[in-house]
Amino acid sequence: MTLLRQNRAFVGALAMLAVLYLVYNIMHPRGFSTAVLVQNANEAVAIAFVAMAQTLPVLLGGLDLSVGAVMTLAACVASELVNGSPAEILLGMFATLAVGAAFGFMNGIIIVYGRLQPIIATLATGAVAIGLALFIRPKPGGDVDGDLNWALTNSLWDFVDTYGFFDPDAAWFQPISWIPVPLILLFGMAAIVWVPFKKSVTGRTVYAIGSAEGAAYMSGLPIDRARIAAFTLGGFLAACGGLYLAIQTSSGNADVMQAGAYTLNSIAAVVLGGTSLLGGAGGAIGSLVGALILRVISFYFRIVSIDPLLQPLIEGLVLLAAVSLGAIRTLRVKNRLELFR
Amino acid sequence: MTKLFSRIKPENRPILIASAFILVILMVGTAYTLSTAGTAPLLSPGYVLQQLQIGSFLGIVAAGMMMVILLGHIDLSVPWTLTAAAMMATAVGGDMAVPTGIAVGLLVGLVNGLGVAYLRIPSMIFTLGVDSVMRGLMVAHTGGFAPQDQATPFMRFLAAEKILGIPMAIFVWALVSVIITIVLTRTSFGRSIYATGIREAAAYLSGIRTRLVIIGAFMMSGVCAAIAGVLLAGYSAKAYQGMGTPYLLPAIAAVVLGGTRILGGQGRYVGTLVGVILIVLLNSVLSIMQMPEAGRQVIYGSVIVGMLLVYGRGTKVTA
Repeated sequence: MTLLRQNRAFVGALAMLAVLYLVYNIMHPRGFSTAVLVQNANEAVAIAFVAMAQTLPVLLGGLDLSVGAVMTLAACVASELVNGSPAEILLGMFATLAVGAAFGFMNGIIIVYGRLQPIIATLATGAVAIGLALFIRPKPGGDVDGDLNWALTNSLWDFVDTYGFFDPDAAWFQPISWIPVPLILLFGMAAIVWVPFKKSVTGRTVYAIGSAEGAAYMSGLPIDRARIAAFTLGGFLAACGGLYLAIQTSSGNADVMQAGAYTLNSIAAVVLGGTSLLGGAGGAIGSLVGALILRVISFYFRIVSIDPLLQPLIEGLVLLAAVSLGAIRTLRVKNRLELFR
Repeated sequence: MTKLFSRIKPENRPILIASAFILVILMVGTAYTLSTAGTAPLLSPGYVLQQLQIGSFLGIVAAGMMMVILLGHIDLSVPWTLTAAAMMATAVGGDMAVPTGIAVGLLVGLVNGLGVAYLRIPSMIFTLGVDSVMRGLMVAHTGGFAPQDQATPFMRFLAAEKILGIPMAIFVWALVSVIITIVLTRTSFGRSIYATGIREAAAYLSGIRTRLVIIGAFMMSGVCAAIAGVLLAGYSAKAYQGMGTPYLLPAIAAVVLGGTRILGGQGRYVGTLVGVILIVLLNSVLSIMQMPEAGRQVIYGSVIVGMLLVYGRGTKVTA
């Protein structure tokens, strides 16, 4: 019961996603099929990774305006490197993620040792990231291994089939062969990166800084290390999104508008997922759910016949309504001074 | 030298450094043009006025943005407020064009203010939502294409005509600047903005109606974005999709480079003015050098980080 109370926002987001997606599948003429699930999962991966990346700075009480740009940079790097022999592909993927992590590390160093506000420092480093992306890829395009594209953007059955690990029709494999690979990548990355991080001292320190930095300092927590680690992990997760985007589209595109849209949507996803913009409460899994909610809402436009010209308006109104749910808090406040935090 | 420097008030320091940096950019740019073409266009009044005319749109947006940042909030709805004001103004046309555009700005600002002050939703996310609603409204209004309506002659006059050899847009910018300066320094509303930005609870307990102050500041930001939109539509003779997007981040950067604290409560309008000129000048020098977009972005970002490292450092948390 206390668990439920502590995670009220997260549970709410999860319930919202479940209802939205259930109704979507019921209304969809080919609902509850692997094809629909695979397609939806593919479209959600990049924004989900970027939203998870945004979570860490937000937990610190800041904001990272460079996540979309770092994702774009990573996608451009991947579009150059992820091809050739299997070893080269692996090395290319590794290099892509390393670039993202290095950029996040640089953000962290600037913010910690330069003592700058994250929002304004990342506003500037975001421009640098876009510039680097444009250096690498002045025109959209690129070359990403075709097998990899097919294997990672379909169900597990296709993944096994592409690389011929074993007979994909084996009886024991049947119950799980329908699961889309992108979902496994997404939740797998969350499980092996985010969960251990959250449980580590560094991760707990990130939460502590977000709720009361002075208290965290007086408790002897490694503040600087936690900050730098948080931004590095943010860069790494953004690069995961970029890598997937490059594999999915088989190309890279240094698009400033797209980078900005991803950054702004990531903030919306973080808030929808129950992470407080004041810092100290929430988590990356919530943001993942928040990103999925954002995407499911846009899926509805495909099956409900709405004038396409009204779609952006309805999307905007839904977003505004969703974030306005946070206003319920103001009704519960007994002392008005509690509002001013 | 250091002694002299430390005697300057902390809030004036960024302004001085930014001004010095403007001189550095001017010198570097002039040295470049002198060595390649043998001319110094950066120092010719005609060229400077033309750059300032283009910069006036950014300057007006930044002026409004500063009011909101002084409160410790931020207004991300600027891009589509600007676009909506421009589109509505050109759609209505005639004598009512400019008032309509400004009314759009007032209305968006009011909605932003209500959401932030009464619903207590973080401005970062609420104005983002309002921005996408405005985008939706404009897509529904125009069908997703650039509207065919032309800017009215009065809008053209405000943005593109010259009086005494000085573009009208600069006069509009100057007028906005004077009004903002007076509001910030000579009215109780302006002082309330600073007080609310430092600590809202204390301001509230001192009898300041902080909710109205927040609404007022957001409305000023909306109006400034609308004025910039009307001018920009006049300058390019019509409104177009996404015309406001390139102004959001440079406006925030200009305000912060001018020494306004991003967490609110501190900053002078002169600084914002200097910040805008710095960014406009940096852009024009980079385009004179025919720097490709990639290098431009990298230099742009590095300059902002570099300048912030020189003066923007916060205090270390020790308790």
